[in-house]
Amino acid sequence: MTPRPGLVLEVDRSTPPTLFWHGERFVLERLPEGSRIVYAPEPLDPLEDPVGAIRHALLHPIGDRDPLPALLRPGMRLTICFDDVSLPLPPMRAPDVRQLVIEQVLEMAAAAGVDDVVLVAALALHRRMTEAELRHALGDRVYDAFAPLGLLTQHDAEDPDNLVHLGTTERGEDVEINRRAATSDLVVYVNINLVAMDGGHKSVATGLASYRSLRHHHNPRTMVHSRSFMDAPSSELHSSNWRMGRLIAESGIKVFQIETTLNTDTFPRQFAFLQRREWEWSVRDRAAFAATSAALERTPARLARQVFHSIRAPHALVSVQAGEVEAVHAVTTANVWRQQGVEVDGQTDILTMGLPYICPYNVNSIMNPVLVACLGLGYFFNLYRGRPLVREGGVVILHHPTPWEFHPGHHPSYIDFFEEVLSDTTDPVEMAKTYEESFATDPWYVHLYRTGHAYHGVHPFYMWYWCAHALDHLGRVIVVGGDPAAVRRMGFSPASRLDDALEMASDVVGRSPTLTHIHTPPLLMADVR
Amino acid sequence: MKTLVFERNLARFAASRLASNFGSGRAAGIGPLRLVEAEPPELPSTEWRRVTPRLSGICGSDLATLDGRSSRYFEHLVSFPFVPGHEVVGELETGARIVLEPVLGCATRALDPPCAACRRGMHGDCERTAFGRLAPGIQTGYCADTGGGWSHAGLVAHPSQLHPVPDSFSDEDAVMVEPVACACHAVCDAQLRGTETVAVLGAGTLGLAVVAALSALSASGRVPGAAAVLVGAKYSHQRRLAVELGATAAIGPDQLGRAVRRRSGSLALAEPRASAGPGPLTGGADVVFDCVGSSSSIAQSLEMVRPRGRVVLVGMPGRVHVDLAPLWQREVRLAGAYAYGTEVVGPPDGRPPDGRPVDGRPPDGGPAESVGTFALAFAVVAAHRLGRLVSATYPIDRFEEAIAHAGAAGRRGAVKIAFDLRGTRDRRAAPSGRQSTGGTP
Repeated sequence: MTPRPGLVLEVDRSTPPTLFWHGERFVLERLPEGSRIVYAPEPLDPLEDPVGAIRHALLHPIGDRDPLPALLRPGMRLTICFDDVSLPLPPMRAPDVRQLVIEQVLEMAAAAGVDDVVLVAALALHRRMTEAELRHALGDRVYDAFAPLGLLTQHDAEDPDNLVHLGTTERGEDVEINRRAATSDLVVYVNINLVAMDGGHKSVATGLASYRSLRHHHNPRTMVHSRSFMDAPSSELHSSNWRMGRLIAESGIKVFQIETTLNTDTFPRQFAFLQRREWEWSVRDRAAFAATSAALERTPARLARQVFHSIRAPHALVSVQAGEVEAVHAVTTANVWRQQGVEVDGQTDILTMGLPYICPYNVNSIMNPVLVACLGLGYFFNLYRGRPLVREGGVVILHHPTPWEFHPGHHPSYIDFFEEVLSDTTDPVEMAKTYEESFATDPWYVHLYRTGHAYHGVHPFYMWYWCAHALDHLGRVIVVGGDPAAVRRMGFSPASRLDDALEMASDVVGRSPTLTHIHTPPLLMADVR
Repeated sequence: MKTLVFERNLARFAASRLASNFGSGRAAGIGPLRLVEAEPPELPSTEWRRVTPRLSGICGSDLATLDGRSSRYFEHLVSFPFVPGHEVVGELETGARIVLEPVLGCATRALDPPCAACRRGMHGDCERTAFGRLAPGIQTGYCADTGGGWSHAGLVAHPSQLHPVPDSFSDEDAVMVEPVACACHAVCDAQLRGTETVAVLGAGTLGLAVVAALSALSASGRVPGAAAVLVGAKYSHQRRLAVELGATAAIGPDQLGRAVRRRSGSLALAEPRASAGPGPLTGGADVVFDCVGSSSSIAQSLEMVRPRGRVVLVGMPGRVHVDLAPLWQREVRLAGAYAYGTEVVGPPDGRPPDGRPVDGRPPDGGPAESVGTFALAFAVVAAHRLGRLVSATYPIDRFEEAIAHAGAAGRRGAVKIAFDLRGTRDRRAAPSGRQSTGGTP
């Protein structure tokens, strides 16, 4: 049966309560009559032969690129870069699509007699992946062939010996990337394009870059002018990356881009109710929801976190394209929209969203308050093309426990950011001016980023900048069920229940507001007319 | 006349120690402190004066004594029975208001020639506090012959102990002078040069007084001050006050190590951990004022001070258990800061370091000068109107409540608790926000 497209449901008296994520839990909320609920399209059918499709893409590239085997020759330097642990979400069931792609690339390289091959995890300023995470992404065969020989590396944005400054763009943006990639005869970049923001020139220009380079587009001004950064033509973030990407190409660095899109089959069968429309829940779905909710109510938060982070998504490959960066990315973006796009008429006064336990920066970790803000106001708010789902001056209501809790190993600078910076200012521009440099160059954060599994010292700033467009646009942000102190620290308003939040929102949007709810999972992109 | 007397009574001492396990100040009713009818103490000589207390504060060292947690070191430096109370604003028989400087040094003991410390004006370091014409006692409030502030019978004081109170001072301002003098001494003795990162651990009366002294004395050019003052304060009202008094930042005590690490650009030796602090730092604050004086606060101070930095113990420590390996390996100076005397103030060596401006002032600081610590304390209290730190006063017959309140001051949103020994008509306007629980005995 053909997957059904997304839809916008208008809530009436017969509409059952709506599912909201709430961190490591979920709740049912009854939305006011007249509210709209945006449901994502159903997951697309997977490719029947993913390996065959990958080989086909490598042999039939898009744009001005020869087939991969034609680019491979003995004696060349080949660098294969791949997206890190932040994609996909949740981590997908083995075999990961990166493994499938890289195995094919390696097979072709071996056939061509290429023996100088290095794999690079394109971390940018993210934390280094653990061995288990690398094994999951690449498979044991690839890991065991490369890691013991030191040929599986993770990009280190703080290693001056392994960075090359390629020049500056016409806007004066420094382009500094990984030396191995910059000095290779061919860079093969393996993407997982979970959302429309991913991929394109952003892969190399961001994933393999240094702070010196990244600060030109990861800043409040760029973020406010990225409307949204899920829509590349309207995104200053992407414009900057594209300028950098073209400079990289002009520098003689040849990139063979491989982009993949997955369907939105996000949770395994026992959580199937999460992806179904509530009025279509079967008896089995209702029983599963009731049982799961009851069990989670009795489960300590830490254990619940472990349970959820152990989930492996049944994501399946639905498209793969390879070749020249821009040509490939145009097709990829269309495929992402095909899976996730929903047309929505007009904006709303209040936008509600339930936030899950995971975002790109807390895989196997804790979703700290800054990441809650980033997921809600950075990612979900920006899941639009055209206009934001919520009108200017409107209200966003987030549903999340927002605990005042941080992973000390993964997010050490977040702790100080939360204590030192957000207690002083929540203004992205002000914090960039006053605090960013000192966090970015803090030797302890640099040490932990390079030697441990810590995000870079500047990373919490980027997460807050990610919210800049929303903060600039919205009249108020309310968090339902969050730790009041943590919520207030971020300049938001805590509410204990959705009804209270709606009452509080009326101070901003009046007594008869329109309300729209983004129903996730699965992910969707709103095409707001 | 009603007087609180602390007697040597081992059974009551043991009971107070036991009760204090449930919280400081809980032992007032069962410990060695008793409310009695007493006559005024005798004048040791004709030059001594009688002082009728108006307000008398309850300080951390009083609480430690009442809790039975004071160090046995003091056994030979006090005499029983004594009337506690060394933070005193009172009045003379002439009606003039005075603040008592309670140290009982050589001058008060009629020792001539005085000891070396007293000759230098450092009577806080007096070597003869157990000798001379008075019974042993380092201060009024711990000496059997002088009386103390927690009494309607009054106390006796040597003229060298008396400081007139300006008319502009409320009694509440005046009663803060003695603890602020302790803070001024700690600050003056810390050898600041205007460029340091300073951490203040604890923000009770002493911690806040240190912050106030740092800002007021540097503003007046008396000491170079610090480049940044980071305060670890447990309670929100303490954090608010610390910032009002001049702290660069005031945060929870468990966050102080992180803030110091950030400020000093240090690394941390331990792996990041779930507990709040970063553990021992490779660098750290130039000076840490430990205004708590516990094993954990000293250990925390040693973790966050830089190599060859200085930890100043402002809060009275007792017997503590501390790993001194970091002190040894990092060559840390651990210094006590007790009482007061005479301070040498002004820019270091009469000029700012390296000829650079200090706190924005031009390098014209002039020569160093000697000044009494209490004079500095009066200036600090005046600059910040520190009478506002007096949170509640109690009549002496409600001493159990008063002491319990003082023992839980931070938790109950208070700073300084004092006994009010004034008559109802005699009270001056209390600062706003202060809670008066009735002062009529």
